[in-house]
Amino acid sequence: MSLWRLIFTNLRRHRVRTAIGATGIALGVATMLSVVGVLSGAVRMFERILRSDSEVVVFERNVSDLFFSNVPVSLADELEKQASVKDAQPVLFAIVAAPERPVITCFGIRASDGRLKKATWVKGSIDDFRDDGEAIVLGERAAEFLKAEPGQKLELGQQAYPVAGIVRTENGFEDGGVFMPLLCAQKAFHKEGVASIVSVAMNAGHETSEVKEWMKANHPKFSALENEEFSKSYSQFKILKTTAWVVGGCAFLLGGLSVTNTMILSVFSRIRELAIVRVSGFSKGQVARMIFGESLVVSFIGMIAGLVLSAAGLRLLKLVPQLQGYIDPSLGLTEVLGALLLAVVTALLGALYPAWYAVRLKPADALRYE
Amino acid sequence: MSEMISVEDVWKSFDRGRIEVLKGVNLSIAHGEVLALCGTSGCGKSTLLHVIGGLEPPDRGVVRIDGKAPSGEAERLELLRRGVGFVFQLHHLVAGLTLEENCLVPAVATGLSRSAARARVRELAEATGIAGRLDRRVRELSGGERQRGSLVRALLNDPPILLADEPTGALDETNRERVFELLLDLARSKGKTLVIATHDLDLARRCDRVVRMRDGKVVEDGV
Ligand SMILES: Nc1ncnc2c1ncn2[C@@H]1O[C@H](COP(=O)(O)OP(=O)(O)O)[C@@H](O)[C@H]1O
Ligand SMILES: [Mg+2]
Repeated sequence: MSLWRLIFTNLRRHRVRTAIGATGIALGVATMLSVVGVLSGAVRMFERILRSDSEVVVFERNVSDLFFSNVPVSLADELEKQASVKDAQPVLFAIVAAPERPVITCFGIRASDGRLKKATWVKGSIDDFRDDGEAIVLGERAAEFLKAEPGQKLELGQQAYPVAGIVRTENGFEDGGVFMPLLCAQKAFHKEGVASIVSVAMNAGHETSEVKEWMKANHPKFSALENEEFSKSYSQFKILKTTAWVVGGCAFLLGGLSVTNTMILSVFSRIRELAIVRVSGFSKGQVARMIFGESLVVSFIGMIAGLVLSAAGLRLLKLVPQLQGYIDPSLGLTEVLGALLLAVVTALLGALYPAWYAVRLKPADALRYE
Repeated sequence: MSEMISVEDVWKSFDRGRIEVLKGVNLSIAHGEVLALCGTSGCGKSTLLHVIGGLEPPDRGVVRIDGKAPSGEAERLELLRRGVGFVFQLHHLVAGLTLEENCLVPAVATGLSRSAARARVRELAEATGIAGRLDRRVRELSGGERQRGSLVRALLNDPPILLADEPTGALDETNRERVFELLLDLARSKGKTLVIATHDLDLARRCDRVVRMRDGKVVEDGV
């Protein structure tokens, strides 16, 4: 007869205890995956803003936040003259306030920027967004919450701007943001002549290293990084990701403690039973396997429940109006495998002490009844 | 008759030697013999059974089972698996399991196939008169039924030796009688070597041989 059958029977016998242990893991997994899902969704979205068909991001060296980066627009023009460069677009990031909406992301861009060209125009036309004009374009969601229509004027910060059109983009930040002609944005935010970043697209057959080296030689005060390098080194992303894993890890740890607790209770309340299986011929290894097996099954059940819970939770989060568009939570294979691995590890760690205790029991002592 | 169990000058103490329990026990038990181990409470009967069955190693001396002295963990484990079956004063059945599941526990230890193990349980349950109760949980069983169950469990892997430690001590008068009879009948019909620790002299007299212990020694060996 297999040990697994006994393991399942044992768990079935103590349904409440099993359920509590599994619930702990489930909540741990769900919290972890939600936090990681939401934050890495945010990071991904931000990465996509930067990327936008380009391969290299140029920004001021050693700034902690891109909002503080100042890159002269002239550098974009210089870059564009390089043979290896197809396109260099300066982008100025800013935060503006509208009536009743204190925080709106504003993108100061040129009309030639791929962002607007690629977008689906819900209303208006790209021709109305001009580098020398004041007309702005709203993301679809921004238009919705600002209740703005093309032809109207919209008060942003100190000034009112005519709305030229509404675009739908796949990016949550962009969809909830405002596109402003670069010159206009520079004036509004007192950043004449500068942008936050320059995104550089390469000509076919050229390596990104050409741009990077040229930058190093001619403009050492600025960094040129490939998108991936940027994502890895950008400290805001690092903070977000670290936060995600720390919070998630703590949640998981709590889940792990619940399994440990369950298994400790289980062992302590079954001392006679463990003695009798030893008398019936169980080796120490078999006893340990039984405890570890029970713990694994509890964790596994918890993990499955946690995956279901977090999938449902993330779906619900997507529906929350305040977060709409910002959350792009996708539970990929990595997350699922990560959760599985963590579940196994917690199960094993959680069962370590109970199993050690169970193995050390002397059956003869445990069966004494005088 | 050939010798099944041989206890040679066995000493056993607990608490790092502070509690001396067995003080040089010598005992030889033949194949198929039914032996009662008598003596007042605390004289060391349980401890001797534990040492014979491999639950505890002796401090000094040897126990030979069918000529071989198990030494080391692996050999004592093998003895527990196929050499001896234990019956205790309390049935020690696991509460949440059915009677059948309880009886199958030794089959998990040895890896006996489920079908073979179940057939074996059925056969033993019929011999002990609890075949109709196999699907019951322990709490639904009477004291006598529980003790019969623990007998089935002890016999599952067909060990040549049965070690019974006050097997009827927790039963009422009628059940005590019946379970004791059953134990003797089963042992005799199956040719098991049976050692029963008891302080009930009336029951002891029905065994082939009565051995009396006092203060960790065998003091009287009435064949
Ligand atoms: N593990 C142990 N630790 C300490 N004392 C023990 C232990 N096992 C048995 N004893 C003591 O050894 C003595 C004999 O016990 P036992 O073998 O159970 O006697 P019996 O079964 O004849 O009543 C008792 O005084 C008991 O308290
Ligand atoms: Mg005793």
